[in-house]
Amino acid sequence: MAVDAATGVGIRARRASWLRYFSFSTDHKVIGVQYMAMSFVFLLLGIVLAMLIRAELAAPGVGVVNARLYNGIVTLHGTVMIFLWLIPALVGLANYIVPLMIGAEDMAFPRLNALSFWLFLVAGLLIVLGFVFGPAEAGWTAYAPLSTLGPAGQSFWIIGLIVNGFSSILGAINFVTTVVTMRAPGLTFWKLPLFVWSILAMTVLIFMGTPVLTAGLFMQLFDRSLGTVFFSPSGGGDPILWQHLFWFYSHPAVYIMVLPGMGALSEVIPVFARKPIFGYKMIAWSSIAISVLGLLVWAHHMFTTGVAPAILFPMMITSMIIAVPTGVKVFSWLATMWGGKLTLQTPLWFCIGFISNFLFAGMTGVMQASIPLDVHFQDTYFLVAHLHYALFGAGVFGAFAGIYYWFPKITGRMYNETFGRIHFVLVFIAFNITYMPMFWLGVNGMPRRVADYVPEFATANLIISISGFVLGFSFLIFLVNFFMSWAWGPKAPDNPWGALSLEWTLPSPPPQHNFAGRKIVVRYPYDFGTPAPGSGHQSSPPDGAGG
Amino acid sequence: MSVTSVASQQQTHQGHSGTLDHRKLGMWLFIGSEVMFFAGFIAAFVHFKVLNPAESALLDIPLTTVNSFLLLTSSFTVVSALAAIRERAVRRMWHFLIATWFLGAAFLMGQALEFSKLFYEGVTLHSVFGCTFFSVTGFHGFHVLIGLLWLLLILVKTFRRKIAGPEQAMQVEIFGLYWHFVDVVWIFLFAVIYLIR
Repeated sequence: MAVDAATGVGIRARRASWLRYFSFSTDHKVIGVQYMAMSFVFLLLGIVLAMLIRAELAAPGVGVVNARLYNGIVTLHGTVMIFLWLIPALVGLANYIVPLMIGAEDMAFPRLNALSFWLFLVAGLLIVLGFVFGPAEAGWTAYAPLSTLGPAGQSFWIIGLIVNGFSSILGAINFVTTVVTMRAPGLTFWKLPLFVWSILAMTVLIFMGTPVLTAGLFMQLFDRSLGTVFFSPSGGGDPILWQHLFWFYSHPAVYIMVLPGMGALSEVIPVFARKPIFGYKMIAWSSIAISVLGLLVWAHHMFTTGVAPAILFPMMITSMIIAVPTGVKVFSWLATMWGGKLTLQTPLWFCIGFISNFLFAGMTGVMQASIPLDVHFQDTYFLVAHLHYALFGAGVFGAFAGIYYWFPKITGRMYNETFGRIHFVLVFIAFNITYMPMFWLGVNGMPRRVADYVPEFATANLIISISGFVLGFSFLIFLVNFFMSWAWGPKAPDNPWGALSLEWTLPSPPPQHNFAGRKIVVRYPYDFGTPAPGSGHQSSPPDGAGG
Repeated sequence: MSVTSVASQQQTHQGHSGTLDHRKLGMWLFIGSEVMFFAGFIAAFVHFKVLNPAESALLDIPLTTVNSFLLLTSSFTVVSALAAIRERAVRRMWHFLIATWFLGAAFLMGQALEFSKLFYEGVTLHSVFGCTFFSVTGFHGFHVLIGLLWLLLILVKTFRRKIAGPEQAMQVEIFGLYWHFVDVVWIFLFAVIYLIR
């Protein structure tokens, strides 16, 4: 078999390389792509469901679907977007990039890594299959007793999520072990790229929070099938217990969804500003702080449940405090860009979009953290707007920043920059037109998860629906760019952006065993001078600087 | 400031950073996640225990105390087994592991006895006490069972072995970590369910 001199990959292997992604593999690069590809399939489903929701809400009256099916659609939309799109996409990206960033040959437990992916796939199929058997209709939050009494699809939903939980927890164990034990010699924690710090913080949340959700899910399953009474008031049980167990995981879940995007921003912004990241240690510590604090705020989802104030008040405070470490990051990114030599390309545009959207997410988050305000906003469109600004406006934008940034490394091709900018402009404008009016709707009392609304809200909802459809279709631009570029785009050099972290010292795409046989030069990854990206010139650190 | 290294034996799948073996760290993290899993069920149990359900009077404290002693002893025997293999005394390790297995199995039988007694006395899944009690102790027993199956695998693998090195010691140590976790969870459960009134 002929061997390509540059990459060391067998020529025959390369011709069928895309087939590798359909088979069982323990190579973290293959698994990473498998995760990302599957997550995009689920994203398409999530977008279709979103468009069904907006089709129903385009005009008052219940016309497109009946009210009960609407609840099923809303439930599946949330579940798919959270558990089957965003989290797996980020896990996939991290799976690919983290071992490369630390100079490792693979993850610590490669077979466990593969198991995590295939468990996710099974989980996704179970969740979606459940729709056919009488959809889960209790929202992605699955509050009892609607969830414990609902149709058969709810059990599929529960089991699917339990399986997904195993996948996540095993993956998290893998990531932490990899980062702690497999860094290249000389790569201390304070030289780690901030993306790796963000993944560390994310995975700590996963294995602390997910098992509690798993426990609660088993309890729901037992209530539904074994006649237990955990959440059944008539049996002496307590539906609020479910809320505690659910939100103990699901609040950290939102940080799980936003931390990797923040990590991607910390990688992209210094590269495209040709400036060292401002406040490296503060950003690293802020990721840890978000992780720790994120485990201590869950009751802010329960302000209107009648739970004892002694539990609610402290979590109002912690929910406000968590704005501090997130704010530290925003200020640091802005300070990094300030005075830098900006190259306004797609990855950086998505970073700028992230910061803009995240401002609205964060500010409305602090508003909702205030109990008196939340009593008014709870379960209205104010929350729907907030959560989409946080998870889509920040989380997904951050994911796209990372995907565009690392696209050349992963595929070995350059994406089309014009299409990338069109994608950004379209998604940014459509996103804001779609979700900004929802704040107004929420303040004026439009409840979430209801298929109808009062006629006063008709104009706003129509605008939102039209914009929402544009938003959904904007994703096609990305897909076209993605597939065409991967198939026919110009070959990417090792380091098209002139970045300084370890993955850019390898060919695009990297050879099978990553760094085997190569010299690993460990350095502080943000020592930037002023040469523009693409010039191939790597700045060397000034004497005594770095670390 | 840069450090150059050639990716070599240090970059094998058996990664270490310093002296921390990746499988040990992996097991500690797994134990951490399992502790959180039990925390969910313990939270549920305690949530309802404050209502002082009548069925808790039916708990057989003497039986379960003996049972707990058996499980505690099995943790001691597993430590002895690890000490043995660290001194390359394979036969002695094997004997202590066998003892561990039988003690663990005896614990499970004691649990089965307690379960059937309670069931006979009318404690079912349909009360809050019943469902929280059986689920938390049931999942614990399930973890003991998994441990016993794992131990069986180790016993089979080391049965005819005359010599054992650091690799085998590591496997016994990692099993030991899991077994101690199972034991510590039980101590906590015993205290919360049986002793605290």
